Parts: sequence; structure tokens; C-alpha cells
Amino acid sequence: MAVLTIAKSIAQAIAEEMERDPSVVVLGEEVAAAGGTYGATSGLLDRFGEARVKDTPISEGIIVGAAVGAAMNGLRPVAEIMGINFAFLAMDMIVNHAAKVHSMFGGQFRCPLVVRTTSGGGRQLGATHSQTVEHLFAHFPGLKVVCPSTPADAKGLLKAAIRTDDPVMFVEQATMYSLRGEVPDDKDFLIPIGKSDVKRRGRHVTVVAYSNMVEISLKAATELAKDGIECEVIDLRSLRPLDLDPVFESFKQTNRAVVVEESWPTYGVGAEVATRLYEECFDYVDAPIQRVAQKEVPLPYAANLERAALPQVADVVRAVKAVL
Amino acid sequence: MAEVVPMPKLGFDMKEGTLVRKLKQVGDAVAKGEIIAEIETDKATVELEAYVGGVVKGWVVDEGTPVPVGSPMLVIAEPNESVDIQALTGRAPGGANPSPAPAAAPAPAAPAATAAAAPTGQILASPVARKMARDAGLDLAQIGGTGPNGRVVKRDVEAFLQNAPPAAPAAAAPAPRPAPAVIPAAVTAEDEVVPLTKLRSIIARRMAESTQTVPAIYLTIEVDMAAAMALRKQVNALLPDERKASVNDLVVKAVGLALRQFPNLNASFGGDKLIRHGHVNVGVAVAVPSGLLTVVTKDTDVKPLAQLAAEVKPMVARAREGKVQPADIEGSTFTVSNLGMYDIEHFTAIISLPEAGILAVGAVKEVPVVREGQIVPGTRLKMTCAADHRVTDGAEVAQFLQSIKKALEEPLRLLV
Amino acid sequence: MDKAEMLELYRQMVLIRLFEEKCEELYQKGKIGGFMHLYIGQEATGVGAVAARQPQDSLITGYRDHGIALAAGMSARTAMAEMLGRVTGCAKGKGGSMHLADINLKFWGGHAIVGAQIALAAGLAWADQFRQTAGCTLCFFGDGATNISYFHEALNLAAVWKLPVVFICENNKYGMWTPVEKVSAVTEIRRKASAYAIPSDSADGMDLLDVRAKTAAALAHCRAGNGPYFLEVHTYRYRGHSMGDQRPYRTQEEIRKWQAEDPIGKFEKVLLDSGIAPAEIDRVDDEVKAIMADAVQFAEASPVPDDSEIWTDIYVEN
Repeated sequence: MAVLTIAKSIAQAIAEEMERDPSVVVLGEEVAAAGGTYGATSGLLDRFGEARVKDTPISEGIIVGAAVGAAMNGLRPVAEIMGINFAFLAMDMIVNHAAKVHSMFGGQFRCPLVVRTTSGGGRQLGATHSQTVEHLFAHFPGLKVVCPSTPADAKGLLKAAIRTDDPVMFVEQATMYSLRGEVPDDKDFLIPIGKSDVKRRGRHVTVVAYSNMVEISLKAATELAKDGIECEVIDLRSLRPLDLDPVFESFKQTNRAVVVEESWPTYGVGAEVATRLYEECFDYVDAPIQRVAQKEVPLPYAANLERAALPQVADVVRAVKAVL
Repeated sequence: MAEVVPMPKLGFDMKEGTLVRKLKQVGDAVAKGEIIAEIETDKATVELEAYVGGVVKGWVVDEGTPVPVGSPMLVIAEPNESVDIQALTGRAPGGANPSPAPAAAPAPAAPAATAAAAPTGQILASPVARKMARDAGLDLAQIGGTGPNGRVVKRDVEAFLQNAPPAAPAAAAPAPRPAPAVIPAAVTAEDEVVPLTKLRSIIARRMAESTQTVPAIYLTIEVDMAAAMALRKQVNALLPDERKASVNDLVVKAVGLALRQFPNLNASFGGDKLIRHGHVNVGVAVAVPSGLLTVVTKDTDVKPLAQLAAEVKPMVARAREGKVQPADIEGSTFTVSNLGMYDIEHFTAIISLPEAGILAVGAVKEVPVVREGQIVPGTRLKMTCAADHRVTDGAEVAQFLQSIKKALEEPLRLLV
Repeated sequence: MDKAEMLELYRQMVLIRLFEEKCEELYQKGKIGGFMHLYIGQEATGVGAVAARQPQDSLITGYRDHGIALAAGMSARTAMAEMLGRVTGCAKGKGGSMHLADINLKFWGGHAIVGAQIALAAGLAWADQFRQTAGCTLCFFGDGATNISYFHEALNLAAVWKLPVVFICENNKYGMWTPVEKVSAVTEIRRKASAYAIPSDSADGMDLLDVRAKTAAALAHCRAGNGPYFLEVHTYRYRGHSMGDQRPYRTQEEIRKWQAEDPIGKFEKVLLDSGIAPAEIDRVDDEVKAIMADAVQFAEASPVPDDSEIWTDIYVEN
């Protein structure tokens, strides 16, 4: 196993799949000559050539539009939208077309498409460039939405995403590209989409998170363990399909849960997970489920303001103590 | 890092255990693996090993208290670590005996005498606390709530269930087990009155319970052991002492194979259902100075014979020395009792609930047998199976015994 | 063109006309639901353009899709069953009027979000270019769709990547109820293509042979690897934007003027001029009437999808 950053593990996953399947193609802004704004497509142009690794105009609608059409007609495009904030410009293509061409035409068409994009705040980019909105896409049946939290998960999940015949939003986190971790070399290392993963065992409180919030939750769990509080940290890994079985199982032992998300709480992942817990595990609830999330404001620029608005380790610690 | 040590689960059917004796007091240093307490279960009294090292910071249950599996008993932490026992265990540091607990700081949310009522007059309780109270037939109003706003939470119900005086009027505690019927005997000056040991009283209770509740049937079969004895001799010649197989090991292995074939014998009666156990774990009854213990072989059906033998020997030795470990006695799904070493030809045994059967094995004897009209020397073993007729029927038990017989008479089956 | 082919193209136009008249009737009887947009008046565009394609060429259009579907070769039975929401429909009753498609005919569908098919067409063409299938894509859209971002993004990408796609604007003079000149800065739509350096031409949408010839030339341009081509077809929809459109945004005089140019009548004259007997034309008319009677009977006799069908075809891999 090699130790790789998330950016490198993504580039490796794409390269392996391009090698394996000649119908895999890459398109997006700055993905070819520049190797991706975060380096996640670095080296692909030299290796696979201009026909398979294509720079596009700054036109999100047609990036995804062309990718959907090509996917219907036999290619397996991996389209990059530089930031999820710009995915709003392709929102129609993603939710009205990618998500629907299979079902709306009675199963005739397939859309084996991956839209890779970057979500999240914390880099002082101001309100329009810092949003965490992958859950909006997870609202739509027909799409799969995947959010890795480690380099190994990023590789295994992306390879699975490229191989699935369904459209996948693969949402990376901007502050995590340099996160390092062991990544299996196996060219068939796949992590099935739609399986949550217990990242830490514990019996007092169930902490549910995904993407970079897993890291924050694990840090909080380490801190809480000093006080004898053992958190079970569960990484959702995909928001759709949403696998809550491990969450239910854990909650039946702990009777207490905290859901951690970077986006705003209203209509969010925490709301969904908490509701499902109340529906499925009502007789196991021992304390109101807590949500840790972003303050309900457009994210400001000043570093201290941005920090104050985004969920921090201390917020998770506080929420865990509140449910005990 | 503070570790809350709960009442361990020492068997698949164990629901609670009694803390018999604390072997470490508050402030004592404990090494990982050191014995910290004696726990009495339905089956035996076992020693509890610490799975972490540190210092005992507090006990939250008293000696003699029954404790549900998983409920906290004590806290072990680093020597200099300050520990909030109340926060960790949801219970005030207790343990009135044998040493008074160090003066604990008053818990921030001291249990209210009765559950707080919301302004509407409703009793505040979490859903899980409500369900537990409902299941146990408790009145929520009697349980002190320690949650926010005096809400009754899970730990409050657990604490109440543990500490409730048996006569508490509203608390319909689980029905007490029926005590063995005792017909008092007159005691004269020549008589000696010996108080029952813990193990003896457990055996008394459980054996009476079994005969009172189980409609048992008894079937006996005779097995030609000549081939098995010959094979054992050959096999043992190749094995070091600690792996040599006894006659009983052969029988246990044969029973394990037969149980996989007859899942109704590897089962428990569940009132309105039958629980067929996924694992085949054959228990071996062992006579010990104060009574009887059953040590358990795990996955007996798939474990090689030599490994089985190598595992049983040390377990039997520990049982006889009174040093049995929790793992030695947990999880049995069927028991074999062998009195062959006492030259007993044939006997019946009492089923150990919740198992569905027990096999009583006699001695291997040289006997005259008739073969083709001639009396010739033969090697024979008699075994009697007692089975729970609620779970199985005579014909099935008969086939089960035939399967054991076949395995022993064609003993290569035990090795493959 | 030989006589048989001319009669076949005539047959297709009449089939579209009668199919839609039957749809109008069934809609008014409440048997067809949802939005329904009729193609009547525009038959020569669809039939003429599709007649120029080769089997490897793809077709894609917007929500006014009955004409392209039937010209592509979809049977009246399959199309009508879809209109009635039956399990025998081309999309098993899941698409409806606006979402006819048949992958085997390389007809990639009616798409109901205005202009989306233009973006999808770029992708279809890209896949054909990449896979070197020699296939081109004929992409149909209305004048209204040329003001939406997809149009501009797709034309730009198609030009930059030299994609084999013929953009066919069916300029029927109105986007919903609004005339072109009120919403488009450029009313000669083909001039928009020049912004992306895409060569263009215009065709008479009431003249099947003109549309067919211009489309054939456009396809030849694309197939030679020259990149996209733009064809503006001037046509007219006799009916409203969709069913129930009774708005007085155009005059009866205007409608009558276009109907005098009716593409079917015009082509019938071509047939007669080329020596085809009136009886042969009558026979085609009768044949189409029989096809339509059979299609309606088939659709009405077909079962509706089982309720459990809501859970199928959501994902390929669950």
C-alpha cells in the first residue's frame, strides 16, 4: 500500500479506470493541460492523449450536457465541475437529465456518468465559493451522491462510481486534497457505493458524519475519550443511496446520536438522519438527537468570521456532551 | 483513559449476573488480566479478569447485587486521572460494602425523588426509558429522573431495576424464580448442617427447574467401539500428550457432527418458537469438588479432533482447580456427561436448560457378543440421550443417536 | 428519387398528420394527459430531414416530438400506447407525449426542458466522433430555444471540438405565444450560428424536397469531418403551442396564408406531377387510416403499467 494524498488517489483511480476501459474519458475546465485545479487529473493528458482528456470552455451546462449525451451514446465520461457552486449552472443537466434519462424513457438509456466536484468552505473564498451543497443533489432519485473522507475511500469509491452504469455526483472536499493515507494498489480495489462505514467504535454516543466532518468528528472523539466518553463515528460515505443500517444498529446500543454536517442544518443531512432515527428507533431514543452544522448565514470572508460559522471540533464535543 | 467495566456476558443466554465478591477496592492498582471480582451466573461462579490496567476509581454496585449484563460495575482509570463516576456510569459511586465509598461530590443532577412532571402533568421520560419501564411493568412516576428537566432516562430505569426493593409495591419486578421445593427434615444432634455453596445452590435450583418444566424422553443405544478404540490408539501414538484424544473426545466429536445434522437437538425451546443455534458448541460436564461444571467446546462440528482434545484438557483442569475462565463455560448448546471412568455402564442425565438435550455416556466394556451364532468378545459402549419433548420427538432423537453410533463405528468420519 | 420512396415520404407525412389529429381527439376525450404539443404543419421538416439520414445517424428533439418519432420509424402503435400511458408504449408509459424515444432507431428522445437536447446532441456527436462510428447527429429545436444558454454553450463546444452535428432550427415563428421578433435580437436565426463560426443555410419547411436536400448537404459537411452545420427551416405550426392554447396572438389570416402552403398538399402535387396516379395516393391515405385505427385499438387494449412499475428503471444498479 502506498501513502497518497486524496488528490493523488483520485488521479490514480481515474488513470486505472482509463487503462482498464477505453470508453472512460475526462472533461472539464483545466483538467487536461493544467492537470486539474487541485491536481486530481494530473498526468492524464500525457498518458491518455487529447481525445480522452479534454479541456472545455467555462460552460458548466455544456460540460455536463455533453457528458450526459456521450454517456447515453456509449462513453463513460468523468466530468469535472471545478466547484460545486458552479454546479448550479449545470443543475438542470444533472437533476433533469442525468438523473432521469434512464427512468423517463422506460429504461432504454443509461447514463454511466461521474460528475466530480469540490464542495465546502474554510478557505476564505467568500459566500459564493464556499458552499457545502451536495445534499441538494442527494434529494433526487436517479442520482447517486458519494462523498469520500479518506484517500483509500476516495480511490475505491471513485473506481466504483466510474464502473457503475448510473450517474454519480462525486463530491470531494476542497480542504482535504492534501490529506494523506494508505491506499491499496489493487487495480480492482472497489468500495461499493451505498455502504456506510464505522470509522471508530464506541458505546456511549453515535456520531454520524461524512466527508471532512468525519475527520472533525474523529478528533472530537479522541478528545472525548479522555473523559471516558466513547463515540462511535459512522461515515455515511454516500448520501444517496443512504445506508443508515449501521447507524440504527449503533443507536440501539448508545441511544444517543449527534449528526455532523458542514452545510446549513435546515433541510439538511442531519435533519434526514435524525428523522430516520426517530422513525426507525423511537423506542431507543434516550435524548434528543443533536445536529452540528454551519450557522445559517452566507459564509463571510474574514477568517475569524468564517471559523465562527463553520462547525469545529469543539462544537462536536459540546453536542456529544449535550446528549449524554 | 477511564474504562467503565460492565457486567460481562458469559454465555449466549446470560441476562444478568451477581457480583459475589470485589477482589479489588477503590484505590487498588489493577494489572491487565488480574482478577478483580467474582461473578455468579446461572451456571457457575467465575472470576472476572480486568481487561485494562489502572486503578479502581469506584464501584457502583454492591456485593450480592444482581446486575444486568452490560450495566456498569466499576471504573478503572489511570492513577492520576480524575474521573466523574456519575457522568461515566450514570450512577453515584456506591458500594456501601465493604469499604465506604470516598465522599463523592454531589452529582450535578441529583436523582429526584420522583420523576419530574411537565407543566401539563405529563411525566417526562425518554422513549427508551418508557419502553423499558413498560416492559418491566414499572410506574414511571416512581422512578427518579436525572435527565434534563428531570427527564427519566435509560440509566434511571436501569438503576431502579437494580436497586428496587423486592417488595416495592408498584414495581412489578420480574417474577422471582420458583425456589426448589423443600421438604424440611428433622435435624438431630448427630446430624451435620452444611450450608450450600454457591455452586451447589445453583445446581439445586437449575436441576429442579429442569425436571419440573421439561417433559423429557430417554433413549439408549449401544455402540460397537472396537474400531474407535483401535483408531484412537493409532492416532494417539502420533500425537504429543497434550493432544491425545480421550474416549470422551471421540464421543464429543461424534455428537458435534450429529448435531449439525439434527438442528432440533442443537436448539432451545422459546415458548412460542424454537431457537436453532447457529453454532454447535458441545459442553462437557466435569465433576468438581463443590459440584458440577460444564466446560464448552466451540464449533465442535468443524474443529479437528486433536485440537478439540487439546482444548478440553486444560479447561477440565481449570474447572477442577476452581480457576475456570468465563470463556470456558459459555455458549454450550448441548451437553455430554460421561461417567465411564467410574465404570458406570449406563445412566440418565438431567437436561441443562435452555439446552434441548444431554447425552449420558457409560463405560466402554469388553462384553460377550453374538456374531453369526457364535459368542465372541466385543467392545461396547452404552449411551442415553435425554431430550426435551417440546423441541423434538422420539424418532428424531433415535436417528440422532444412530448418527452418533455410525460415526463412532466408522471412526474415520471423526477425522475428516 | 424513385416513386416508391416518394410515396413512402408522403405516407410518413400523412401518418404524422392523422396520428396527431387522433391525439387531439383522444386528448379532448381525456384519454391523453399532461402537456401535448402538436407538429401539424411542420411535417415536411421532420420527414424531409430524417429522410436524409443514414442508419448510423442519431436524432434528438424537444417536446414537440411526435413527428420526429414517427419519421424515425416508431410504429403508430408504440407511439399511441405511450400517449395513453400503456405498458406497451415506447417508454412503458413512463414518458408520455413529450418523451417519446427508441434507442434502436437511434432516436434519443423528446426532451422537455427547452434547449437541453442541444447540449445532449453535442454529447451524442462527441461519442460518435470518439468512437469513429461515422455517425452524425440531427438535432431539432424551435426558434425559442435559441435564446437559452444551452444553445450557445453547445454551438460553441461543437465548433471548438468539430463535432458532427447538424443543428436544425424549426423556426415556426413563435416561442409559446410570443413572436420571434419580440424576444430575439436576431430574427434571422441562422445568423446566430455565425457567432460560433458554424456554416449555415436555410430551407423552406413547407417543401419536403428542399428540407431533404439541404439536410443531406449538411450531413455531408459533417461527415467529412468539418464540424457542425446549422440549418434554419422556415415552417409554421397550425395549432397552438400546446393543447388548450386558444390565445389570440396571431391572426386567422396568417394561419390561412401558411395553410395554403400546406406541406402535404404541396408534396401531393409533386407526386401527381411526377406521374403517380391519384388512385395510388388514395391507397396510401387509406392505408394510413387503417394503421391509425389499428394503433388506437392496440393502445386502448394494452394494459396500464402495474403500480409496482414505479420502482423499476430508477437505477441500473441498485
